[in-house]
Amino acid sequence: MCLGVPGKIVEIYEQGGLKMGKVDFGGVLRETCLAYVPEAQVGDYAVIHVGFALNLLDEAEALETLALLKEIGEFESGLGLSGPEAADEISG
Amino acid sequence: MKYQDEYRDQSLVGEALEEIRRVVTRPWTLMEICGGQTHAIMRHGIDQLLPTEIELVHGPGCPVCVTPVELVDKALAIASQPDVIFTSYGDMLRVPGTGMDLFTVRARGGDVRVVYSPLDAVRIAQQNPQRQVVFFAIGFETTAPANIMSVLQAQALGLTNYSILVSHVRVPPALHAILGSAHNRVQGFLLAGHVCAVMGYHEYPPIAEQYQTPMTVTGFEPLDIVRGILQTVRMLEAGRVSVENAYTRVVTYEGNRAAQQTIQRVFTECDRKWRGIGVIPNSGWRLRPEFEAFDAEKKFDLQAIHPEESPLCIAGQILQGLKKPPDCAAFGVQCTPESPLGATMVSSEGACAAYYHYRRPGRDL
Repeated sequence: MCLGVPGKIVEIYEQGGLKMGKVDFGGVLRETCLAYVPEAQVGDYAVIHVGFALNLLDEAEALETLALLKEIGEFESGLGLSGPEAADEISG
Repeated sequence: MKYQDEYRDQSLVGEALEEIRRVVTRPWTLMEICGGQTHAIMRHGIDQLLPTEIELVHGPGCPVCVTPVELVDKALAIASQPDVIFTSYGDMLRVPGTGMDLFTVRARGGDVRVVYSPLDAVRIAQQNPQRQVVFFAIGFETTAPANIMSVLQAQALGLTNYSILVSHVRVPPALHAILGSAHNRVQGFLLAGHVCAVMGYHEYPPIAEQYQTPMTVTGFEPLDIVRGILQTVRMLEAGRVSVENAYTRVVTYEGNRAAQQTIQRVFTECDRKWRGIGVIPNSGWRLRPEFEAFDAEKKFDLQAIHPEESPLCIAGQILQGLKKPPDCAAFGVQCTPESPLGATMVSSEGACAAYYHYRRPGRDL
């Protein structure tokens, strides 16, 4: 149910007072409601759930995550978190 | 697809798993909240690739599974009425109510339609002004913005033939229920990435603190999941209690403010019964009184409901992480996806369905 699929916004328009768009999922286009991502622009990637964009994808964070994981092999055990990671952390 | 394929990279997953093996020194039990993650874990065999010290137990994050049988029965009663078009996400059609499911209603002539988006249900209401169109609005926080937008849209269009049958639940009260139980053995949580995409994760640090349990916001691809496990295990090994975010490309601390504000406008908190588990205080949402005209429970007479559960089904214990599907005597015998006793065997997020579809003889059974 909470399945969310990343797609690229290729067209934005208004329909029935709602911000709508066409989203490309690897070649398949689907109509999507963009009401909750008012800042969305053509070319942005978003996570789509039941025909609604939940959030825009943060490209810089996506690259950061991959870079971080690529470095993991080089991490020494017990080294802990590096800078950008620590910034995501909220003390409980 | 971009933002999907690169998070399935086998060598990166292998490196992250190797790091988990390096870090772990003692047994830990983690729970993934979301049923979508349960299926990803089983499908990719992540549970088998983890060091034996790490046990994953499966959480209640499957809205289809926790929708109480009373509400399924109400859906069946409404869908059986001749002037009604009953719309639903596809997953709900095979969920057993008392004695039947929505497919049975359809086979008997009921107009039951599967929709991809709740806005499709509003469109059906526009096209059929002489009939009542009801949408089965189930879901966690992830689905709430979509479901309530259908109500706002119906209101804006002046539709009087559209209503929703609400079965909405929230994750934080479920965490309190699990962690507050005397039987709890969960030591760390993988938080549901798409719930947090909407709500952010500011609700979780007080819970982590209260129960001294670390948590990591986790995505759905194999690499996201092993990263979530790695961060949680690192916290456990260091004796550190915190809420970390391993799904930063989608989730922020604050979440989607526009969606949260709309939820506040349309929904209000309520006690909610979870199938097999019982009532969890303040664990649900219902429509605010000013949206009563769109509430199917107010619109239809639903007094004659006498819900009954299968006495064999242990889904409630599975959803709380107390048991696993193979612990059930009916699993794969009296209970199969073709003939389910409980919703966990039906849903594409149900733990029983995941074990049934991806089971490995000799290990899971």
